[in-house]
Amino acid sequence: MSIAEAVLITVITAATPLLIAALGELVVERAGVLNLGLEGMMAVGAACGFGVAVMSGSSAWGVLAGVGAGMALSTVFAILVLGLAANQVASGLALTILGLGLSGLIGAGFVGTSRAAIAPLFIPGLSELPFVGRLVFGQDPFVYGSLALAGGILWFLSRSRAGLKLRCVGENHVAAHALGIKVLHVRFAAILFGGACAGLAGAYLSLVYTPFWSPGMTAGRGWIALALVVFASWKPLRVLLGAYLFGGATVLQLHAQAASLGLPSQLMSAFPYLATIVALVVMSVGRRTAVTPGSLATPFVPDR
Amino acid sequence: MRHFTILASALALAAGLAAPAAAQEKLKIGFIYVGPVGDFGWSYQHDRGRLAIEKAFPGKVETTFLENMPEADSERSIEQLARTGHRLIFTTSFGYMEPTLKVAKKYPNVMFEHATGYKRDKNVTTYSAKFHEGRYIIGQIAGKMTKSNTLGYVASFPIPEVVAGINAYYLGALSVNPAVKVKVVWANTWFDPGKEADAAKALLAQGADVISQHTDSPAPQQQAEAAGKMGFGQASDMIRFAPKAQLTAIIDDWSSYYIERTKLMLEGKWESKDTWGGLAQDMVHMAPYTNMPADVKAMAEATQAAIKAGTMNAFKCPVFDQEGKEVPCKGAGVLSDEQVVGMNFYVKGIDDKLPK
Repeated sequence: MSIAEAVLITVITAATPLLIAALGELVVERAGVLNLGLEGMMAVGAACGFGVAVMSGSSAWGVLAGVGAGMALSTVFAILVLGLAANQVASGLALTILGLGLSGLIGAGFVGTSRAAIAPLFIPGLSELPFVGRLVFGQDPFVYGSLALAGGILWFLSRSRAGLKLRCVGENHVAAHALGIKVLHVRFAAILFGGACAGLAGAYLSLVYTPFWSPGMTAGRGWIALALVVFASWKPLRVLLGAYLFGGATVLQLHAQAASLGLPSQLMSAFPYLATIVALVVMSVGRRTAVTPGSLATPFVPDR
Repeated sequence: MRHFTILASALALAAGLAAPAAAQEKLKIGFIYVGPVGDFGWSYQHDRGRLAIEKAFPGKVETTFLENMPEADSERSIEQLARTGHRLIFTTSFGYMEPTLKVAKKYPNVMFEHATGYKRDKNVTTYSAKFHEGRYIIGQIAGKMTKSNTLGYVASFPIPEVVAGINAYYLGALSVNPAVKVKVVWANTWFDPGKEADAAKALLAQGADVISQHTDSPAPQQQAEAAGKMGFGQASDMIRFAPKAQLTAIIDDWSSYYIERTKLMLEGKWESKDTWGGLAQDMVHMAPYTNMPADVKAMAEATQAAIKAGTMNAFKCPVFDQEGKEVPCKGAGVLSDEQVVGMNFYVKGIDDKLPK
């Protein structure tokens, strides 16, 4: 395997959890809800995913459990911010703290347990092609899933009727309500979807990326995913670009260090953040149209 | 009725007297960890030390721990422990040094134990272990086991303890294999499994076939295992994560030290000092030597015995820095403890620039 190939494969692994979590959050925010609990939901997804995979011996059940755990935690959030119209920022932060604590509790019995990573696909013939083989046809199922997710969300938001409704709810929930759209229903569905994605991203960490459970193993990826959504101006393709750029810069700086290029490592560690911010800001310069969903983080209480 | 009142006040009095008496009996001990207890590395081993205290002094001590405490924001957590009646507080990461000293000034009656630091006070003791002794052994093993003559090292932060570890590792490898090279990647984190794994992957892709680490999660060892290469566990025995890859692991053992300090505290004999124990003091252990030929194992065991006996030292003079200048030899034929504790240079031959 050449170095270029190794770099690209590692980049994909580093970018995928960010991409999955950020795409989920994008849908939530386009529906006008700010869920800052990504980190907590990812952690619970990672803990449940790993725990169930170990107990059942099946990776598929683990993945499902991760998704389910993310959804369950996001339901708590939905009850708070939709049912009780609580402050979304405070509820989201609380969800992060709850999720990190809960994940430690759930995962306590699995500390020190190891299992093999979910294997990448292998298509005889195709996966053996030089260079592109491993890269295009030999990734793990999550990678293809995350790319399909990006495409699906793009289509959903821009082409489908339901997507239009969701955007309408996010832009102006009063108008959407007047049109007869059930604002809270749409938002609940979006929050659940965001929770499922965050749980899936967490399961990716504990089942593929580093196949073990350790508390705090999300290590801030939820926050990076959150920032990506904002810097990508709530657009799915830019989230895709941002996630790969961030993953790419992270991995490249490690390779640059291993090759002893002699650059200061502290600066190199900051490089992914700088590169991603600069690239995404440059892309949005010159477009003066409002990009933030109009009703973002404002509670909606329907008048009866 | 009167009887009842007397009885009640007697009870209240008894309870009032009993409560402080009980509180005085139990020594409250606090711990601050930089990572989660479940990191299976650094913080995990400190927590085992905490549990050892509880086991050694049943009914006499009460321990509390705060995990995942960022170093930059640790002052208020340390102060919180001091304020809530903890009389002995262990702050278990290098970055807690200044915050510990600050809080110690405010609470002269609370005794502090700071791990891996070098600044002390009347009520601040420092302690550390000579991990570099273990690093020299694994360096020798790596030098023998490598086929590509390229060793990979996942490092955390450029602090003296880590730098001394890299130097000892390289000098160990060099002592048995003059062609060996070490590649260092600074992850700039103690604990981020994903990033540690990526760092290991980068090293493996660039030809390293033995992965050593000075970060806390088993992720780099898992990568070595998955790639069919070799590596060394860090802080605790990580053989479960890399059954075919782990050659050995450097295990920190704080239990005996923690029990000793608690005992002195209970006897009122605690005083500030510096403890720096290694293989000989049982503060550093080596995990079983596995996945290697018998001659390499015999060499490792011999080195371990020699270091323990004091006849072998990783930093035997002359030691040269990266520019090839000889480092002044302040110990007896070896670098002095102060020189190792404050090591801020790479030795000659390491192909990396030390981040400043």
